[in-house]
Amino acid sequence: MKLIADDLASIRGGRTLFSGLSFTVGEGEALLLTGPNGAGKTTLIRTIAGLLGPAAGSVRLEGGGADRSVGEQCHYVGHLNAIKSALTVEENAAFWCRFLGGEAERIATALAAFGLDALRDIPAAYLSAGQKRRLGLARVLVAERPIWLLDEPTVSLDEAAQAVLARAVDAHTGHGGLVVAATHMPLAFAGARELRLGRAAAAA
Amino acid sequence: MTSFWQLVCRDLRVAWTEGGTVGVALGFYLVVVTLLPLGIGPDLNLLARIAPGVLWVALLLAALLSLGRMFETDLEDGSLEVLATGPLPLEAVAAAKSLAHWLTTGVPLTVLAPLLGLLLDLPPEAYGVLIVSALASTPGISCLGAVGAALTVRTRRGGLLLALLMLPLYVPTLIFAIESVRSATMGSEAFLPSFLILCAISLASLVLAPLAAAAALRFQLQ
Repeated sequence: MKLIADDLASIRGGRTLFSGLSFTVGEGEALLLTGPNGAGKTTLIRTIAGLLGPAAGSVRLEGGGADRSVGEQCHYVGHLNAIKSALTVEENAAFWCRFLGGEAERIATALAAFGLDALRDIPAAYLSAGQKRRLGLARVLVAERPIWLLDEPTVSLDEAAQAVLARAVDAHTGHGGLVVAATHMPLAFAGARELRLGRAAAAA
Repeated sequence: MTSFWQLVCRDLRVAWTEGGTVGVALGFYLVVVTLLPLGIGPDLNLLARIAPGVLWVALLLAALLSLGRMFETDLEDGSLEVLATGPLPLEAVAAAKSLAHWLTTGVPLTVLAPLLGLLLDLPPEAYGVLIVSALASTPGISCLGAVGAALTVRTRRGGLLLALLMLPLYVPTLIFAIESVRSATMGSEAFLPSFLILCAISLASLVLAPLAAAAALRFQLQ
């Protein structure tokens, strides 16, 4: 399986964020998107997820399920955590698990991996920012999807949680998964390549 | 299909736990219908005559009040983007959210309508017709409303814009719903045709509105 971006261009609000951007992410690879604010990291991730149409070029998946779109094979974790405050931690995780078609056993594993099992019966409204982020990230573990798209995943995470995330990502790439993450922080993902957006985008 | 029902169940659960929007819609309906006789005066003949119109206009406004939040909460917390990359097409997401809206707003309003009819001295023979026509038209109100809710999802304080967009589209529903109830009170034969038209409007909305709502959502997510 191979994620291929071919000659991508994106124009937001009349401003060209990037153009002629091509890259491939193969099985077991992690790609880190870096660059200054406004370089188009989020836009690129949303384009891969199929939420934004590119101004030119295409994103395609080689060797994936041909009947499903690229977006349907991605876990998209954006700036927002997709958590309902009225529901408990476990209900939130359980909903995404069932909606995304994961097995029920994964819920407990995902919550335990991100250190949320003690909080499972607490309404999500009472979580701290970092705990909400962990619950948002736990979504990638509740259902199996080959591509993880993480937009600044470490925002408001403490060091322990960052290590948990790095372990989860390494395990995913270790099983042949693909990861694309936008970040300002150095992320300790094993064997990650860097794609710098912004001025240097054409050279990358 | 499981994803569809999971989404409906989650929305029902959130509505039940939060309680806010459903309570506001029901409370609004109650307040409007009880205030009106205070303004018009205790003329029971007059009240009975205008009862179908009052009950239906107030029901539409109450339903409209809760429509604004249909997609807004999901956009605010990021759920909508995950739903868009999920196994369901956005059309099915819109249909599921419309169904949840009908169950949390349309059905409670339908239950409340005959009780409020008592306050307006609605003739006894009209209650059955009122319930049946409300059951037939509220699914259409929810589905059609999803289009307006999707179009205004990014608009700050979009409630008024939503009302301006949707109320003209609800005019046919309003006319035939009032007509069907009035036919029962007047003893005319017009019930069946108006009722069938109400069903037709709902069925057409059920099929077409999710397509339009999904198109609007795709645009809003850009």
